[in-house]
Amino acid sequence: MSVRIFIPKDAAALSVGAESVARRIAEEAMSRGSAVEIVRTGSRGILWLEPLVEVETSIGRCAYGPVAPRDVAGLFDAGFLTGGAHALAHGAVETMDWMIRQNRVTFARVGAIDPVSLDDFRAHGGLAGLERAIAMRGADIVDSLQASGLRGRGGAGFPTWIKWRTALEASADQKYIVCNADEGDSGTFADRMLMEGDPFLLIEGMAIAGLAVGATRGFIYIRSEYPHAFRTMSDAIGVAEKAGVLGGSVLGSGRAFRLEARLGAGAYICGEETSLLESLEGKRGVVRAKPPIPALQGLFGKPTVINNVLSLAAVPSILADSAQAYAEYGVARSRGTLPFQIGGNVKRGGLVELAFGATLRELIEGFGGGTRSGRPIRAVQVGGPLGAYLPANQLDTPLDYEAFAAIGAMLGHGGIVVFDDSVDMAKQARFAFEFCAKESCGKCTPCRIGAVRGVETLDRIVAGVEREKNFAVLDDLNKVMTDASLCAMGGLTPMPVMSALRHFPEDFRRPPQRQAAE
Amino acid sequence: MTAVAGWNEEVAREIVTRLVALDGAMLPILHALQDEFGYVDPAAVPVIAAALNISRAEAHGTISFYHDFRAAPAGRRVVKICRAEACQANGCEGLLDEVRARAGLSPDVPGDDRLTIETVYCLGNCALGPSALVDGELVGRLDADRLIGLCANGSVEDAQVAAGETK
Repeated sequence: MSVRIFIPKDAAALSVGAESVARRIAEEAMSRGSAVEIVRTGSRGILWLEPLVEVETSIGRCAYGPVAPRDVAGLFDAGFLTGGAHALAHGAVETMDWMIRQNRVTFARVGAIDPVSLDDFRAHGGLAGLERAIAMRGADIVDSLQASGLRGRGGAGFPTWIKWRTALEASADQKYIVCNADEGDSGTFADRMLMEGDPFLLIEGMAIAGLAVGATRGFIYIRSEYPHAFRTMSDAIGVAEKAGVLGGSVLGSGRAFRLEARLGAGAYICGEETSLLESLEGKRGVVRAKPPIPALQGLFGKPTVINNVLSLAAVPSILADSAQAYAEYGVARSRGTLPFQIGGNVKRGGLVELAFGATLRELIEGFGGGTRSGRPIRAVQVGGPLGAYLPANQLDTPLDYEAFAAIGAMLGHGGIVVFDDSVDMAKQARFAFEFCAKESCGKCTPCRIGAVRGVETLDRIVAGVEREKNFAVLDDLNKVMTDASLCAMGGLTPMPVMSALRHFPEDFRRPPQRQAAE
Repeated sequence: MTAVAGWNEEVAREIVTRLVALDGAMLPILHALQDEFGYVDPAAVPVIAAALNISRAEAHGTISFYHDFRAAPAGRRVVKICRAEACQANGCEGLLDEVRARAGLSPDVPGDDRLTIETVYCLGNCALGPSALVDGELVGRLDADRLIGLCANGSVEDAQVAAGETK
């Protein structure tokens, strides 16, 4: 009998050589006459150990990593096919400290299964939620969602069930489900990992949404920076159609749901829901004024549920295992789990799915092990480019929506970017404006003009030109952008700027540097 | 990357005709054109406008809105380097300074038919940066040597393996 070896083909694993490792293992097994079956999986999210190779043994799936092609012969010599000891061995992956301290609900299968094998998906509990949904009335599905406490995982934290109920109660000849997979926030990669590691889960969640609100068509809008996710998702949709999970009669229910994956085109703003809808319709990704809300007039003017990947991917387990089981995770008004992503200057970066309520410190120090450079942590940006920069003395803040709002920050999509003490926070603040200027859709003045003025004003401050006056201008600018922008792009750009100014004022008051002679 | 074919209006019309029935066909058409030719030739504007029954101004406005679509052919090697916050935390700006000083290479300046270097904001590889997408393949843990090598048409796979060996 052949030994099963699991090697990720997740883009992050590929970026550090997983493809060469897979080929090297196949060659080595061939030359030694060892019977092996190589299964390509998603990533467990233990990214600092990628490429992480797992071997199925009697004591579980033994993990070895990070494996380089030059390590492969030594691994065979050490008997890794039977879980043999080796300097790169970590024991059974399910018992690794990094894994047992998590609450893997949405990411339970990611890294464990072949992403495009529907049999694997079913064998690991897939489709149970959809099967249950088929037997339920739409309103009951929405009630379950409400009882679970699920809030939008894209960043805004808006209760998911309200969007669904609104679309359900709207009457129209056509309704749509749209998945926002335009994961543009720096420091976030959970959507990518989910689409590459367990695409059927997203398909299942979207099909449930379709049944719940009476939508027969869905679109997944995937950013073009994620070519691997787009391919895996498209392949999985093809498999699901052939197997009757999607199509004219979902799992034989007699009800239709069809799905298409669409590619974005490099515009950050298209992660904003109304801009995404414009882009899907084939137009410039310009933000729409609300109302009308998308649940009533969304894609092509029809009632549309638009949710983030992680929101939709949380739905199957809520139906399969009960809303109460999901709601038992978390604290206060933040129920369930959030797949956090630890990146930037961190020793052990990766994906950590936890119930709300743990602290930032547990993530960055407990899981992340501090900075990769070995220098002290100076700042942590949570929630993407529009999220606040927090100083080291706020690391004990609990990870829940309200606790973060209370300190002028946001959880966003759960991305955490660590900076050491070499960071210049005036530069980071300037970048926030620069990014907004580059990516603004241009529809509203506070965002379009404000971002450009912000860059200019910060440049004057750093250059020491009329500092106090320019601080006043900056403050004014931030107020206008926060209060008067049409969407979160302009409205939240002041958050990283003001947090940098509040927590790291010394970086804005350095003696001006003379321009170096060319 | 395989060499891109030169602009061919007949092929462009076939692409547009094949995709025009899709709902919201614009982006799929533009991606297909860029996949075929390596850019979206301005000559495609009237073809798209006629097929979608929109004005040429609307077609041009849509194309120019999106960073992805190029108006001129790209180099044979396309390096999209991430300059977002997580890669900044891992020194991507210093890396670019070093590459500029040593090899005279900068992102977002007109290249030649061999090389195009573009800035992107986040490739979703934030735990293993600095990162770049090289001819559609992701490379992590970049350093100046590897980035210069990749810009000189070096092997993507070798760069990935070297990244994995960086502890």
